[in-house]
Amino acid sequence: MWEPVILTLKLATITTLVLLVVGTPIAWWLARSRARWKEAVGSVVALPLVLPPTVLGFYLLLILGPSSPVGEAATALFGHALPFTFEGLVVGSVIYSLPFVVQPVRNAFEAIGDRPLEVAATLRASPLDAFLTVALPLARPGLLTGAVLGFAHTMGEFGVVLMIGGNIPGETKVLSVAIYDFVEALEWDKAHVLAAGMLIFSFLVILVMTVTEKRMRNRLT
Amino acid sequence: MSTVDARFRGGFGRFRLDVDFTAPARGVTALFGPSGCGKTTVLRCVAGLDRMAEGRLTVDGRVWQDARTFIAPHRRPVGYVFQEASLFPHMSVRANLTYGRRRNGTGAKAADFDDVVELLGLTRLLDRSPARLSGGERQRVAVGRALLSGPEVLLMDEPLAALDRFSKNEILPYLERLHDHLAIPVLYVSHDIAEVERLADHMVFLEEGRVAAAGPLAPLLSDPALPFARTPDAAAVIEGEVVGYDPKYGLSTLAVAGGAMVVPGEAGGLGAPRRLRVAASDVGLCRERAPDGLSILNAMEARVKAAEPLGDHQVTVFLGLGADGAGAGLMARITRKSWETLDLRPGSTVVALIKSVALVESA
Repeated sequence: MWEPVILTLKLATITTLVLLVVGTPIAWWLARSRARWKEAVGSVVALPLVLPPTVLGFYLLLILGPSSPVGEAATALFGHALPFTFEGLVVGSVIYSLPFVVQPVRNAFEAIGDRPLEVAATLRASPLDAFLTVALPLARPGLLTGAVLGFAHTMGEFGVVLMIGGNIPGETKVLSVAIYDFVEALEWDKAHVLAAGMLIFSFLVILVMTVTEKRMRNRLT
Repeated sequence: MSTVDARFRGGFGRFRLDVDFTAPARGVTALFGPSGCGKTTVLRCVAGLDRMAEGRLTVDGRVWQDARTFIAPHRRPVGYVFQEASLFPHMSVRANLTYGRRRNGTGAKAADFDDVVELLGLTRLLDRSPARLSGGERQRVAVGRALLSGPEVLLMDEPLAALDRFSKNEILPYLERLHDHLAIPVLYVSHDIAEVERLADHMVFLEEGRVAAAGPLAPLLSDPALPFARTPDAAAVIEGEVVGYDPKYGLSTLAVAGGAMVVPGEAGGLGAPRRLRVAASDVGLCRERAPDGLSILNAMEARVKAAEPLGDHQVTVFLGLGADGAGAGLMARITRKSWETLDLRPGSTVVALIKSVALVESA
């Protein structure tokens, strides 16, 4: 019964780390770029917010499948096709949870404004230096929010997982799928343990995040 | 010694800028003018934060910008003090101060940390967070941070404008001390003539994106063609040197070009340079020698150089001190009636009766 829990935590942790690495530059670009088409990119990133997970999962399945060019490249990279594997789940989760990380981090970068970066430049900090020593520390509350939301959102995903991951124990059978299985099998007491656990976990995540973020903001003003 | 030679032409939207000026290697050059005249933009162009379509900027003979060159802001050795102190909120005062210092490639030219901390009175503040500083303290840290980055030019964008009167008065003496210590050019943006009178040696007067006048401060302030002499609180600024002190009455005597002036208080050691401010409304004129039994201590020979009517009833008289009028410039605001009764005209010799002289810089 605990296998799906551990798998889910592993998936959420890896996904969150990837999201921070991938999402932060995207958020920075969306916050700072003056390109006219940046909102088009922003909308693509935000798509998973409104798209039914099954739609997203369906297209990911097609794109990552061995018959597509992307799928071929991925197959070459990982040594096997991505659908119905843990790596495939990570890729799907990253795309599915991307807006939950990009949006708060972008807001945090936008809230910093030009001034601190101009100050850094007049103090001889190169753009990369200013990003690392001024922008990132000042955006900490947004990064925290993004990480927590990305983590929590990945913990609870179902539709995308089912479409591209399937239901392979120890490989792609995550918590939400396990709960679904228990309910289907009328093992309600087991479903209860997992579902209540998720409920309490989600509540704690939001509480701790709100309190921590508030503290961080107070320290910065 | 780095001279700043700048020319910027261009604009964004409806705003046009077309300036050309030189700032001397030492001393404070005020970029002065009404809001929206482009003075902040000029400063940002010097720092490389803004870029005009056409521009040429050399500092100490080295090109920072021309048709082919544009040195990135972080490669320009400038110190920039913004209107709001803009300290990094996630760093202590000490970390703020050393941020630029640690990034200054050579380190050799940078001012000594302890000297700057001492000069700006920051010792007590070093381990505090910027959030726990007063407005004046923050701005002092910002000045120190800029100085410690080893600048060849110090750029200050209305550093006092965001401060209340109390904080202003607290920080001005520090800026004056700075003025005496710095061996680099300072470009100081301001729209407050009182600040300019206190701090600047030179002025670039901007109007609607153009240089309306530029040069040493004192002649500009008492130039009949410029608006400064027409304001109600028009004043002449005169550079003097302490030549005597009378301990009995507590009066200092300062030699100025074309005479000597007496001011209350001990102005400083013998030979100390001091700046004096004489308001036009504090100067009266008489035709012959000064009458006996006068409470006014400063009665100085002068020659009328020009006069400008002020409204219907007053005249601003422009004077040169000394019998030949070749000394420091002075202004007297008198009534039109007096002007006609005394039968004054350019070239007339007069005695200027100065009711009050103020020391501009604190000792």
